[in-house]
Amino acid sequence: MSTAVAQKKGFGAFIWDYLTTVDHKKIAHLYLVAGGLFFLVGGLEALMIRIQLIKPDNDFVSAGFYNELLTMHGTTMIFLAAMPLIFAILNAVVPLQIGARDVAFPFLNSLGFWLFLFGGLILNCGWFLGGAPDAGWTAYAPLSAVSPGHGVDFYVLGLQISGAGTLIGGINFLVTIINMRAPGMTYMRMPLFTWTALVTSTLILFAFPALTVGLFLLMFDRLFGAGFFNASMGGNSVIWEHLFWIFGHPEVYILILPAFGVFSDVLSTFSKKRLFGYTAMVFATTLIGFLGFMVWAHHMFATGLGPAANSIFAIATMAIAVPTGIKIFNWLFTLWGGTITINSAMLWALGFIPSFTIGGTTGVMLAAAAADYQYHDTYFVVAHFHYVIVGGVVFGLFAAMHYWWPKMFGKILNETLGQITFWTFFAGFHLTFFIQHFLGLMGMPRRYWTFLPGQHLDTGNLVSSIGAFFMAFGAIVFVINVIYTSVKAPKVSGDPWDGRTLEWSIPSPPPHYNFKQTPLVRGLDPLWIEKMEGRKGITPAEPLDDIHMPNPSILPFIMSLGLFIAGFGFIYQVDNLSYLWLVILGMGITLGCMLTRSVKDDLGHHIHKEDLEEEGAEQ
Amino acid sequence: MAENTNIHENYKRKKNKEEMKQQVITFALMIVFTLIAFGMVKADLSKLFVIPILLVLAAVQVGFQLYYFMHMSHKGHEMPALMIYAGAFVAFMTVLTLSVLIWW
Repeated sequence: MSTAVAQKKGFGAFIWDYLTTVDHKKIAHLYLVAGGLFFLVGGLEALMIRIQLIKPDNDFVSAGFYNELLTMHGTTMIFLAAMPLIFAILNAVVPLQIGARDVAFPFLNSLGFWLFLFGGLILNCGWFLGGAPDAGWTAYAPLSAVSPGHGVDFYVLGLQISGAGTLIGGINFLVTIINMRAPGMTYMRMPLFTWTALVTSTLILFAFPALTVGLFLLMFDRLFGAGFFNASMGGNSVIWEHLFWIFGHPEVYILILPAFGVFSDVLSTFSKKRLFGYTAMVFATTLIGFLGFMVWAHHMFATGLGPAANSIFAIATMAIAVPTGIKIFNWLFTLWGGTITINSAMLWALGFIPSFTIGGTTGVMLAAAAADYQYHDTYFVVAHFHYVIVGGVVFGLFAAMHYWWPKMFGKILNETLGQITFWTFFAGFHLTFFIQHFLGLMGMPRRYWTFLPGQHLDTGNLVSSIGAFFMAFGAIVFVINVIYTSVKAPKVSGDPWDGRTLEWSIPSPPPHYNFKQTPLVRGLDPLWIEKMEGRKGITPAEPLDDIHMPNPSILPFIMSLGLFIAGFGFIYQVDNLSYLWLVILGMGITLGCMLTRSVKDDLGHHIHKEDLEEEGAEQ
Repeated sequence: MAENTNIHENYKRKKNKEEMKQQVITFALMIVFTLIAFGMVKADLSKLFVIPILLVLAAVQVGFQLYYFMHMSHKGHEMPALMIYAGAFVAFMTVLTLSVLIWW
């Protein structure tokens, strides 16, 4: 079962292994690869947007294609890049940090991934089938309800399927963290990354149903002639805005909270200090999660909700700056007096603090409802959310990858290439987006495919486009880094960073059962406690015994494939009713798989004590 | 030792019996509630009177279901309880905001 055995297998067996895997570590690899590819696709779309805007009156792309580009850039980056990359880190790290052998529902974990992937594929199929979605990533009705062609149908069905996958993933991690913590790991001893994973999973559980409902309404409007968003049929298009943002605002916290968790772990590890104000950090995390549900209407100040609603949502929004400020200061105090190591992971964390603070400041500016009428739909908003999402989430993902790469793959990413990535990406990021604040204040509206000369917008847009190329260069160097590292870098030990939490107490990459014996947790930063008391590893909580593991299964893949087929049936039955056969076929496959799963007992397998002892002798 | 197990067994049996009794009572109450609900609608009382009472009866029945039949009062159910209440609270706040603050 060791990796040496795995490498001797043929290519077909390797593919089959990944198609059927229910191991959280391999599912993390799948999420990482799929999310990484979508990240590159979204980046390519961003580059084309910036090339189009490099000079006034440019005609690099047509206006219609530009709409598709900006829609797909936003949708891809949020749903198909950021979310799965966060799930990649969650899968790779959370079970290890809480001392568990797998997630609570390994089968569902795999199902969640395949649903996400097939949903993402449907979404991108639009490019090849007559036009991608073109109503903006927010798909506001009535535009999205009447947008011609099948573009927005791909958006609806794609997000519906991948959203189901995300919901499944969220529930899975919620149950895992609540039920599968090692003996002694109380809630207040969980590493902060696990805490943020818990709060994020809760947010997924509460927020995604709103998106599901909204997408269903839109689907019925577009495909079955309903009129939920059609004013002439008694509908109300503002309902979509509400449903979308009741989901959409928690969604941005779903993205940023795990990044906060990553920075907390990275900063404390490389400062060789316990995280400053751990309790306050936990409190701030849950408070942000809670407040995240009470602020959705700040995306709709200009809709005309009235002064009472606008004021209340403005104040609620500004209140979020308080817990976020608590976090910023706690990170600074964690650094204070620490023995600081600066490497790539740490650079991303250090770069994050000022970048995110700028994004937070413009956030408070935007929260002032009266002023928002000026900022609304200008590049100021674009600059703001790129500062928090790139400066927060993307930096967090880079930090996480540099930090946990040795745990996931047993090799440290190349430091020189890592620093080149950081500096080019960091400089490019500020070059691209800082100037956009001013473009916005000068009145440049977002989502327009071109701008006129002689309005003082030329230089700013040129600078912004140059910055985008720096970011692209940084991302390419990272890909080179990954390839270089996997070929050249030497294997490292299980604990290359002198870590503090449980994941560093086991070999890198971990054996597929993670912990030979369930660890006994004696406090916050359990591994550090043992190190300080002169022990080499964690004290086990149980004698060596047979380990029960789940069996791999191809069903999640087939189940998702069924929904993929049914999705096309739903989209094309508008043109020709015979496409309903695709719906029946696809749903038949999915429901058949569910039936198979329900009636066939799958009790998993055991790894025997004797085999474990043999492996122990090898090490 | 044997005596200890015996005491424990006795305690368990007594507790089970008590629980059974509570479940029967709740079950009877739920039937009564349902009859009252149907009766009120059948009797054509004022809507303003019937709807709030129906809602209250429904809420109490959900409580019965959760606490007596799904054992939410037992130990180890703190997290599900927290999740249910948090979810209900968020949903309530959302509906409240939409209905009193935003919809015009």
